[in-house]
Amino acid sequence: MAVKSTLTSMVVCLTATCLICSAILGGVYAVTAAPIEKVNADILKASIGQVLPEGCEISEAMELEVGGLPSEYYVATKDGETVGFAVKSTTVGFGGPLTLMVGLIPGGTVYNTSVLSHSETPGLGAKCTSDPKFTEQWKGFDVISKKLTVKKDGGDVDAITASTITSRAYALAIKNAVDALAAVPAPCSEVSAGDAAEEMIGGNDND
Amino acid sequence: MTMTKLQLITKGLIKDNPTFVLLLGMCPTLATTTSAINGLSMGLATLFVLVLSNMAISAIASLVPDKVHIPVYIVVIATFVTVLQFLMQAFTPSVYASLGLFIPLIVVNCIVLGRAEAFANKHGVIDSALDGLGVGLGFTLSLTVIGLVREILGSGSAFGFKFISGDGMLAFVMAPGAFLVLGYLMVLFNKYLAKK
Repeated sequence: MAVKSTLTSMVVCLTATCLICSAILGGVYAVTAAPIEKVNADILKASIGQVLPEGCEISEAMELEVGGLPSEYYVATKDGETVGFAVKSTTVGFGGPLTLMVGLIPGGTVYNTSVLSHSETPGLGAKCTSDPKFTEQWKGFDVISKKLTVKKDGGDVDAITASTITSRAYALAIKNAVDALAAVPAPCSEVSAGDAAEEMIGGNDND
Repeated sequence: MTMTKLQLITKGLIKDNPTFVLLLGMCPTLATTTSAINGLSMGLATLFVLVLSNMAISAIASLVPDKVHIPVYIVVIATFVTVLQFLMQAFTPSVYASLGLFIPLIVVNCIVLGRAEAFANKHGVIDSALDGLGVGLGFTLSLTVIGLVREILGSGSAFGFKFISGDGMLAFVMAPGAFLVLGYLMVLFNKYLAKK
């Protein structure tokens, strides 16, 4: 039924298959690349909007190092004043990488956090995106006077029931974001942003 | 083979059900059925790949030398899986967020290669498409049922609608629950088949 297996026929067949398949993939990629980029940009924008006060202008992405990994942050300004920072922070959760967008306002307070991606267990660790008891505690969390570790470890973070590892990773991601922002040299053009960064450093000393 | 077109579809649903009778594709079955929606989406994703790869393979089968047929089939299947992955990323980002990790694994799902080997390379394009449709529907149905049972017991909700407050029996959302539910459903399914 099939073509005889000679060296030539096998090489020709495999080459042809690979060429055709690559062409199909290239075509589909060309069509979907733009929508995929838009979707990812929308997700990012939505998460930044969620973790910072409403009605402020968000800067372009700026590079920094969070927990030893390259990441990025965004500065939010309103009427020329810096009102907050959004820092992307990744740690390792229970099921894999846990990436958060952490919104911080000058003075060492968390405005809000949102999960960009995670692979936590559904029904357990995955509740870090939905359990109000866990997510609401970050709004206004004072990183200067409170400790960013779970209560089991002597900190001030309420862990998700039966998901201590996820909760630890979540708290660590926020702590890394705070530390990373404190280490950023103050942008010289924006005095207020510089002040804010210094205050962050001040907050870090008390940790 | 003297099966009617309808029989081609229904045998995949019941008599040759990939999950409960043939026990193929256990990895996605156990891993993605944490909720009914996840099971359904994974089933449909596999259905999509099955139908297309069955059609493509039945069309090219006579041109492929025997000794290299497995690599050729795998490349064809992998192409469709990657196409599916691009499409999901672009148009259903929320489904992709919960299943993304498992989509590339469809390539090595025994069901897909199994149907290519056992059916598609010996039958016509239309019959192969129907066979893929039947087996895919059988897989989708099984995954949805497992996901539904696990979701009801584990989270107290069905298709995302919560009707029992509180946590439910968390074990059912985790791996042990997957084995338990799969085992019991398999018993029920085969008891029903034996009676017939």
